[in-house]
Amino acid sequence: LWLLTTRSLVQIQPKEPLIKITYVFFFKSCFCDAATPWQFGLQDPATPIAEGIIKFHHELIFILVFVVVFVSWMLFRILVRFNIEVHPKPTDVVHGTTIEIIWTLIPAFILMVIAVPSFALLYSVDEAVDPAVTLKIVGHQWYWSYEYADYQTEDGDFIMFDSYMLPEDELSLGDLRLLEVDNRVVLPVDTHIRLVVTSADVLHCWTIPSFGVKMDACPGRLNEASLFIQREGVFYGQCSEICGVNHGFMPIAVEALSLEDYIIWVSTQLEDVLF
Amino acid sequence: SSTPSRKMSEIELKTTPRDPRFPNTNQWQHCWTRYNEWVLCLKRTGLDEDACKQQRKFATALCPAEAVEKWDEQRENGCFAGVQVDE
Repeated sequence: LWLLTTRSLVQIQPKEPLIKITYVFFFKSCFCDAATPWQFGLQDPATPIAEGIIKFHHELIFILVFVVVFVSWMLFRILVRFNIEVHPKPTDVVHGTTIEIIWTLIPAFILMVIAVPSFALLYSVDEAVDPAVTLKIVGHQWYWSYEYADYQTEDGDFIMFDSYMLPEDELSLGDLRLLEVDNRVVLPVDTHIRLVVTSADVLHCWTIPSFGVKMDACPGRLNEASLFIQREGVFYGQCSEICGVNHGFMPIAVEALSLEDYIIWVSTQLEDVLF
Repeated sequence: SSTPSRKMSEIELKTTPRDPRFPNTNQWQHCWTRYNEWVLCLKRTGLDEDACKQQRKFATALCPAEAVEKWDEQRENGCFAGVQVDE
């Protein structure tokens, strides 16, 4: 019931009939690709990076819970056993070489254990792969603009558009407040994509939690990030670097389509550019 | 109609490849180098734009449109800071 109420806001469009039937008859579920009210966990992953982040988060939380329980237990026991009423004369021990060595080495060892999956994820995110698509993202106050310069007309014109947040009075039923935009970014699935993020004025940050992508848009910098979307759907994010009065009102919406649908979209857009 | 299918066959998934000389996150140097490689190509081919289409595409795919427009204007005005082409 909790799943249905919190996650029913996000619609999915499964194309394969078997999956569609499964969703309709067996369980009504959606991928959590947008922020939902009272959300406690991370959004559902759509890229290998996001899956890696969630996996690392699980590994880290296990260790953190252990540390929190241990420290809380020690604190509680000390407060109960060594308060002034129960234990009026405090001890005068000032040294304890063995225990000091133990409580230095064990945390160091825990940190080394944490470092192993952390570095594995960090280096795998930086894997060098030749991209097939480049998307240029420019942050402005207070909207995003996108350029698809891989596909040009004979005059050198290419697909460029601005993406503004839809104000509340323009939302349709089922739309997400503060997340919907007038022109979504369209990208293909199962394709290596290069994102080039920059800004035309102040610092912004292009974020999509489901993709595990967060890249600062700095004026004078072309920050590169890589993306490999593994499933179709609509994914939302919000600007993540304070940029003025409408910082909370310049969201990002990405529509991931199959390669065929993406090519059809590009052709349609190019025709509009031509005419 | 025939027009979309003609366009679809022309659309290929190809973009500026990675350059191992620029492994860092900030790709400004890469963009500047790609643009100058196009200008070098123009210089080498005697301003033949058709022969340098590949280089132009690589530069425009990576560099922001604003930067490309600015450099094109600078080249026209003779104040471009990169590769100089004697016309």
